Amino acid sequence: MSHLAVIFKREFASYFVTPVAYVFILVFLVLSSAFTFYLGQFYERGQADLQPFFNFHPWLYLFLVPAVSMRLWSEERKSGSIELLLTLPITLWEAILGKFLAAWAFGGLALIGTFPIWLTVAYLGEPDNGAIMGSYVGSWLMAGAFLAIGCCMSALTKSQIIAFILSGTTCLLFVLAGFPLVLNFFEGWVPVMMLDLIAGLSVIAHFTSISKGVLALTDLIYFVSMIILWLFFTRLMLIIKSAD
Amino acid sequence: MIQVNQLTKQFGGAAVVKDLSFEVAAGAVLGFLGPNGAGKSTTMKMLTGFLAPSSGSAKINGFDIQSERQAAQAEIGYLPEGAPCYEEMTVYRFLHFIAEIRGFRGREIAHSIDRVLERVSLNAVLDQRIETLSKGFKRRVGLAQALIHDPRVLILDEPTDGLDPNQKHQVREMIRSLSDEKIVIISTHILEEVSAVCSRAMIINKGEIVMDNTPEALAELAPEHESISLMIQDLDPQEVASALSLLPESDRVVLDPDGRVTVFPKSIGSPLLGAVQSLVAAHEWRVVSMVQHRGQLDAVFRAATEGGAG
Repeated sequence: MSHLAVIFKREFASYFVTPVAYVFILVFLVLSSAFTFYLGQFYERGQADLQPFFNFHPWLYLFLVPAVSMRLWSEERKSGSIELLLTLPITLWEAILGKFLAAWAFGGLALIGTFPIWLTVAYLGEPDNGAIMGSYVGSWLMAGAFLAIGCCMSALTKSQIIAFILSGTTCLLFVLAGFPLVLNFFEGWVPVMMLDLIAGLSVIAHFTSISKGVLALTDLIYFVSMIILWLFFTRLMLIIKSAD
Repeated sequence: MIQVNQLTKQFGGAAVVKDLSFEVAAGAVLGFLGPNGAGKSTTMKMLTGFLAPSSGSAKINGFDIQSERQAAQAEIGYLPEGAPCYEEMTVYRFLHFIAEIRGFRGREIAHSIDRVLERVSLNAVLDQRIETLSKGFKRRVGLAQALIHDPRVLILDEPTDGLDPNQKHQVREMIRSLSDEKIVIISTHILEEVSAVCSRAMIINKGEIVMDNTPEALAELAPEHESISLMIQDLDPQEVASALSLLPESDRVVLDPDGRVTVFPKSIGSPLLGAVQSLVAAHEWRVVSMVQHRGQLDAVFRAATEGGAG
């Protein structure tokens, strides 16, 4: 087994040592269902799809994903175990990817836990299962992008609280990038091309079609590049901050 | 063999470690001594590849810690300061994890854990979570993970810090019991530890080596080394002092208020003791006590690091 797999295994198992993981999954399931049925008017719409379910994912991930990612490196820094980990004969990438993939797999598990809602819609009507599958994959990719941001923020600080706030804020900026709130701020003094670029960074813009079940290549590229980019930033932060 | 060449680390412009150069051969137990903030930990962090040096290099058994980091790290067992580990894991799972990372597979993992448990007694707490253990046990877990791959180089940052005297003794026994082919580097500010386990002591102050020798040779540098204290019954200590100061081997004589007279030799290995004994016999002094002192490291340490970084 490679170093990556060993680290992945340890990290993944560490979620289930304490009740935190179970509480997290429970909260995720309760909130995602509550949003779907009450705010999303799942029944009232009378349509056999999961759009009301997926529509809320960016907002749900905004605070739930940082809650998962905040401990990734902060805890290691705080306890000093980062010194142990990084003096083992492994590469920095193996450590970063092992941790990230474990967190991502944990997020995937929470997502899989929502399957009853799929069963519900399948029972009530005849949904497009392919579209739902696509939305699930897209949602998981978005969770990965948020996790990568959180991973980087966690590498910055010993404090999990600070890591949580920084990641939540950064994720919020990306969620809101396409909204007038952000765009109006830039409008008029940045070139139109720049404005388009900022709007193009919007998580919502890329997730809207995904939540409808359309998994477009550009959206996939967007989320995958977000993950890669933020993991590179994580590496950079770890190298810069290891001097502290 | 560890070769350190002009190793330097700067933090925000201030050099914490300056131009450190030394070599350690197999079989040596090297003690890093120095006041807090002297650069001991920083040096160890660079030797283990956790920190990148600002300049200079270090080679562990021929592997450069920067360009061949993983190969060098595979040679090293490292106990970071405070023995950090994954506290939510049980001792067994933790050692299992380290063994896997260190490249053991299948049955080798159990073997490596068994072997390390012979050295470090942890059997009683194997299935307990590390966070529930006492400080002494936690330190042992840290030592066990450092030893699991039977490394040729062992770097231990304050291995006995915070332990009770019995636990300190155990850790020292273990360090002494390690095979002769290994290199052990320990950092400490407990001077007795150096005399107890080290074959070589290096005093570091403000990032520089100020002394480097065997603990015995360093202790000989202490001014009190081979000095002799005398207490004579029914006699004015002043008289004793003046008689002693006339000895050709005597450098100076110090009179304590409690009547104890201490005479310091002119040079190490001088026949001062014989001369004092002859003097006692000639005057038929009744000796209450006569002690020849051995030099203590702490006097040397203080002299070498006075005005150090606190």
